[in-house]
Formats: sequence, structure tokens, C-alpha cells
Amino acid sequence: MADFQIPVLSDEPAEFVPELQPGTMAHLRPFVAKPDHNVPLGFPGELVDDWKDKAIGRMGDLLNRYRSLRVYLDSCVKCGSCADKCHYFLGTNDPKNMPVARQDLLRSVYRRYFTTSGKLFGPLVGARDLTQEVLEEWYTYFHQCSQCRRCSVFCPYGIDTAEISMAARDIMDHVGYGMKYCNEIITKVHKIGNNLGLPGPALQDTLDGLEEDVKDGTGHDVKFPMDVKGAEVLLVTPSADFFAEPHVDGLIGYAKVFHQAGVSWTVSSYASEAGNFGMFIGSYEQMFKISNRIRKAALELGVKRIVFGECGHAWRVAYSFLNTYAGPWDFLDPRYPVPQHILEFTNDLIRNGGIRLDKDANSGMVLTVHDSCNVARASRMGNVPGGQFSVPRDVIRACVPKFVDMHPDTIHDKTFCCGGGGGLLTDDLMELRVKGAKPRMEALKQVIEQQGVTHMAAMCAICKSQFTKVLPYYGMKMDMIVSVHGLVSNAIQLGVNKD
Amino acid sequence: MPAYELNGKTYEHDEEGYLLDVNQWNEELAAILAKGENLPLTSEHWEVIGFLREYYNEYQIAPAVRVLTKAIAKKFGPDKGNNKYLYELFPYGPGKQACKIAGLPKPTGCI
Repeated sequence: MADFQIPVLSDEPAEFVPELQPGTMAHLRPFVAKPDHNVPLGFPGELVDDWKDKAIGRMGDLLNRYRSLRVYLDSCVKCGSCADKCHYFLGTNDPKNMPVARQDLLRSVYRRYFTTSGKLFGPLVGARDLTQEVLEEWYTYFHQCSQCRRCSVFCPYGIDTAEISMAARDIMDHVGYGMKYCNEIITKVHKIGNNLGLPGPALQDTLDGLEEDVKDGTGHDVKFPMDVKGAEVLLVTPSADFFAEPHVDGLIGYAKVFHQAGVSWTVSSYASEAGNFGMFIGSYEQMFKISNRIRKAALELGVKRIVFGECGHAWRVAYSFLNTYAGPWDFLDPRYPVPQHILEFTNDLIRNGGIRLDKDANSGMVLTVHDSCNVARASRMGNVPGGQFSVPRDVIRACVPKFVDMHPDTIHDKTFCCGGGGGLLTDDLMELRVKGAKPRMEALKQVIEQQGVTHMAAMCAICKSQFTKVLPYYGMKMDMIVSVHGLVSNAIQLGVNKD
Repeated sequence: MPAYELNGKTYEHDEEGYLLDVNQWNEELAAILAKGENLPLTSEHWEVIGFLREYYNEYQIAPAVRVLTKAIAKKFGPDKGNNKYLYELFPYGPGKQACKIAGLPKPTGCI
């Protein structure tokens, strides 16, 4: 099945510290972006001749722009708290995948060129020249970080490896040495409107098909509107929701909720993507441009509210940065959060009786939930602290007969990345993806064996695709993974309280 | 750029073997692509490949999984219109493996 060794799952999730195997992942790196993927984003087509000077120059720009980056690079005391917290380290045993070691790849160069002690004493103070070898190491190991920020939860100084990783990728892009997967996708967003490259007519055909399916299945005229001017809600959802399984079950769930709530909605063929890969490559400019597609669509369609579908990093960008990038949103209805998460929207309706759910529709299912890293550690839902944990669980509990949580060290703000986040959900990194999923697989196996869990719900397109792909490597079935709104879709009572 | 060779002609492909030019595809080439995937092509495979080509010509993208299963069910019978059947035919996933053999570009994104 695989040309690499699949990790053996331990019975003690998150308590097993692996033996070091230096260099074991040094061979694995994603495909390098080509001029076709780089030039449209304003990056050099390929590695420039004076890359070293340019890279140091760009590092200087970033240090001036983000004070946080300098603080993170200055403040590590090598306490070791983060060392065994990264899923990629736990799954690969490669010490360069320890967060502190990953940070040091950039920190050492920072010291050499931007600190007095580093300029004077070089290697004695952990400073090193930027060489081709260092650049290659950056390319390899900054593409083995999913920017999930679990390590930062345990860091007594709050050092955010994700931000260091993003800076490193931004520097590499600026010398023409970015990764293909992310840059190809961002190029498609600008050209076509979404990560998939799904053009308007194909999206329309897909949505028409779903309308037909739901009508056949339920007898109800649940609409899947596109580019409808004057709709109340603009739904911004990952394009995977239109395309893949089990994502599409979630999309059907959103549509049924809107239908039953009597709220008019639409997707936009121009802003048909929630995901914002600008974040993965640490590019302020790309995040800005992608976010402003949403603003443009909202204005053109004259909507009153913006709701985001199930997508982890989309929600981080939306919740934390959308107002900065694309605000002010003074043309939207001030009575609702801008933006709102579909899980908040649905949860409110469950609480006030706007929709009714029948748990028997999901009978026989025992659910657990995977907290997505960007939802858990970089955002919130609802109006209470920790809402990003309670809201998804409340929705799931309302839909299924039994829900159990996984090991406490693997949920909420300590959740493990699925193994495919941060722009690493690409086939050329399959070995990393399988190995990085190990801690989550261990926690899942435990609740399957001890609590009879049959399914794991996810609220992020990347998590859903990643688990669907890697579960079989660990002897589990790919259809164990469900969308949270796939459960809603099964349980919602259409036509009750209205029609 | 790496390329397939067939009857003295070259066909460029990307790092993973996806054809760069969808218009260059032909059935003989599909057989070579399938061989690279260790997949002997049966008439059932050709049914799926044919639909993928048709859909791509109209929409410039591979069909969504559900669109594909539905179309296959309509054309070739309900017992073939499901994900399981498609995964049996294309074990690495109908989305990617079938697209590759049909000469379509690899679908990208969070899929």
C-alpha cells in the first residue's frame, strides 16, 4: 500500500515520546512551484541568482513589519516544552520536526544577519550563514509544518511556530522558491474563483444536480442558489464542498438549514472559495486579495449577512482578519456577527426551535469530533469563551444518539492537526501526511475500542479529505469521516413548523 | 519537462504523470497511463473515462464525485452509480486516478 513504513499505533495516546531518528524525513519535500504558478502572484518565476541577498532583505522587511516575528526569534530559552508536541515529530521521529528545531532553522540565520552577537560570534551563539544547504533545509522542513500552533499552546513564552513557518515560506516565495501546491491553487483562485478551478457553469451544473438529489430524496424543494442578487446570506464555503465526499453532505446540510429557517441565501461564482491559501504561504498581499473577492461579491449581490461553511483556516482568516483586510462591513446587517460560522447559525436555530432534529435519523452512530487546529486555536464561535469547542459539540449532540470525546490531551486547544493542514494536503507529501496523522489515529482508535465510536465528525475541508485518504493506511474505513452538517442533513426535519 | 513516448511522438506530463495538454490524449496513450498505475483497463473503466472526457470538454473541469456517480448510474445502471464501485475501479480514487488516465489535469484544492 505504501512505499514507506506506516507507524504502529500506540495504546497510550499523546504520552509516548519517540526515539530520535535524525534525518529520517530529510528526503521528503513538495514539488517546487513553476513560473506559471509564481509569476501571476508577483513572485520570481524561479530561484533568482542573487537569492541570498534577496532572502536576507525580505527577512529584514518581515522583521520590520511584524514585531511578533522578532519577539519569537529572540525569546526561545530552549526549555523543551514544545519538543514532543508536534504531530509530525511524534509521527516521524525526525528531531528537525521538533518545533524548537524548526524555529532554529530560521532563528540561526536571523541571529547571523540581524543581531550584534550573531554578527560578532557566529556559531558560538547559534548563528549560521545562509547557504544553499540552509535554503534546502528550509524548503524541506518548513513544508513539514502544518502551522497548527499546537506547540505554541505549550510554549511558556507563547512562541508561535506557525508564524515563523509562514515567514520562511514568504521569504522563499520572494526568491522564487515556493511550493507548487499552494501557489498553483492561489493562481486558480484569481483566475477562476476557487481552489479547485471550478468554473461558474460547472458550479451551476453541480448545484442543479444537488437540488435534484435532495428533491428526489426528501420531496422538498431545497434550493442551491448561485449569484442570486438580493439574497439575505452570502455563503462562502470551501470549493471542496461542491466536489468531494463527505464534504458535499455538509453543503446539503447547510442548504436544508437555510431552507427550513426560511432564510434566502446564495453562493457567488466569483468568490466561490472560503479557503485562503494566502495564509499558508504567509503572504499578507495574497490574503488581502483573496479576502477582498468576498467583499466584492457581497457588495455586488447586495447581501445582508456573510456565513462561512465548514473550513478551518478559512474561519481563522475570516474570524481574525477579514475586517482588517476587507472591512468595514457597514453595509451588512449589524444585528449579526460579521462573518458568522454556519455552526453558529445552525446552533442558534437549534436553541430557539427554528429547526428540529431527529436523532433517530442517525441511529446506530456513535460520534466523536476532531477539533480543527485553526478553529480550535485561532478563532471562536458563539459569544462565550470556548464556543469553538462547545458549539460544534452541541450541534453534533443534537443530531446523534451518542457522542464521546477523545483523550483530553488531543481535543479542544490541545487538538492534534489532521496531518494535512497548512498547505500540505498534497499527494507528493503523502508519507508525511500518513505519519503526521498518527497521534490523531491513536486517540481515535482508543475511543473506537473503548467506547464503540463508529464515526468521527470534522468541520474542515482539509481534515475531511486528509482523514478520508489516510484512515485506510491505519486499517480504518474512509467513510468513518463525516461532515458535521452531514449529520444535520440526516437529522433535520423538513417541513416541520412550516410549509 | 518529462514526457511519454508513443509511436515516435512525445507527450509532456507533470511530475506525477498528468498530461500537460488535455487535447493530446488518445486511447493508446490512456493504456500507457493505466499501465503506469498498474491498472488493467476493462470496459467498465472505459465507461468512466469516456464520461470524464465528455464532461471536461463541456465544463473544463473534472466532474464532482456526486455528479460522476449520478451520471454513471444514469448511463450504465444504478448498481454502478456509487462511490464504492468507482473506488473498486480506480483504487487511488476516481477523482485523481481516473482523471490521470483520462488525460485530465489533476484536480487541486482541499480534496
